[in-house]
Amino acid sequence: MTPRPEGPGADHPLALRSRMLAALRAFFAGRGFVEVETPVRVAAPALETHIDAEPSGDRWLRTSPELHMKRLLARGWPRLFQMGPCFRRGERGELHHPEYTMLEWYRAPGDAAAILGDLRALLPEAALAACGRPAARRGGIEIPLDGPWEILTVADAFRRWAGWDPVEAFDADRFDLDLVDRVEPALPRDRPVVLTEYPAAAAALARLKPSDPRVAERWEAYLGGVELANAYSELTDPAEQRARFEACAAGRRARNRDVYPLDESFLSTLARMPPAGGAALGVDRLAMLLAGADSLDAVMAFRE
Amino acid sequence: MYTASDLRKGLKIELDGTPYEIVEYNFVKPGKGQAMYKCRIKNLKTQTTQDRTFREVDAIGKPDLEQRNVRYSYNDGQHYVFTDPKTYEEFGLNTDNLGEARYFLTDDIEVSLLFHNGAVIGVEFVKPFVEKEIVETEPGVRGDTATNVTKPAKIDSGHEIRVPLFINQGDWVRIDTRTGEYVERVARR
Repeated sequence: MTPRPEGPGADHPLALRSRMLAALRAFFAGRGFVEVETPVRVAAPALETHIDAEPSGDRWLRTSPELHMKRLLARGWPRLFQMGPCFRRGERGELHHPEYTMLEWYRAPGDAAAILGDLRALLPEAALAACGRPAARRGGIEIPLDGPWEILTVADAFRRWAGWDPVEAFDADRFDLDLVDRVEPALPRDRPVVLTEYPAAAAALARLKPSDPRVAERWEAYLGGVELANAYSELTDPAEQRARFEACAAGRRARNRDVYPLDESFLSTLARMPPAGGAALGVDRLAMLLAGADSLDAVMAFRE
Repeated sequence: MYTASDLRKGLKIELDGTPYEIVEYNFVKPGKGQAMYKCRIKNLKTQTTQDRTFREVDAIGKPDLEQRNVRYSYNDGQHYVFTDPKTYEEFGLNTDNLGEARYFLTDDIEVSLLFHNGAVIGVEFVKPFVEKEIVETEPGVRGDTATNVTKPAKIDSGHEIRVPLFINQGDWVRIDTRTGEYVERVARR
């Protein structure tokens, strides 16, 4: 092997991040996933009530590669992943940066449960490669990634820590506020936590659970109280998908926010998309958690 | 009015008629949810802090605050009277306005007054350290230079502070007006 030249050491967070990126790619490549790159400048960013796209000439910078990934699933690719930059206007904080790196992976046939299986295998492997042990760290507390995971429904978490059940009666404002003020601060810190079965009103692009359509087959994974990944059993019903986009558009219009055009290319291929599961994971956040750092500052080469 | 996206560390806001300063500020945004701002805010009247999360829909008041640097002039028996050296405007403050600060006043000392809706809610010494004479204390213990063992001592205003054992009546000491605590012995003025 070529000797490593002088410079910051192998324990530098950027060196850790580099090993982590290689391990993430190796994990998916080893399981038959094909890495793809899809357009960064897009004509129709996914419509979400609270996500703003950065304009780029007559287009927008993507807020996620989701819609293009699904068009590839519709073309018959069974296992796909992509790792690359995404942009969200105005998001800046210890855990946010307007330009960040997202990992998305999809399997078809598949669902949110299969994707959770991927995550549970992925995290210890990435951690071992990045920092020599299968664990993350947040606020000085070690989070073993190959030990027990806490999996609980959103209804259970809200009943326990916020005193109400958002599945019975959803209130979007109260849901967001109690999630950050009551639920997230109370989540166990010493093991990975997965919140599952989001209220149907917070389904985003997830399909509803066939046996209980009040909830969506969507989960969010947390490490040390930090949201790391979001996954769905993907919605494949074009009519339902159009209705949800239109509801988002109406919500954005009511809030005086830009309303993006509907992605008709995506909608027209959705009927051909097989049942699939997919997830989006914040790569910068994972690097931060593996490095045991307090903010994204440590693991981004530039925070400008 | 402010909206949540105007918030930043150091900004002064008004909630339910009370002025606050934002001392900690964090942008948060749960998956697919709305942007929120988790803040620690300090009540500018009581100096107590609390946590508060703001949403983009929350309307946040802009307080009418004014800061004026004035000098202590005299006590007319009811009020401590301060004068603005530029306009010669006088402000009479009572013991509630001043709190402990009234014990550390000296002629002409400069203080910063914070007004909310025209009423004084805060008093700070522009230079936080003042020098005061000890007018009453047990005789000093010569050679005992330990500063962690203390005894009571009165300053000219009659206020009692804690001083190290080696301090004598007639000594001058420096006091931190923010904590009301002894700092060090200083040369006699």
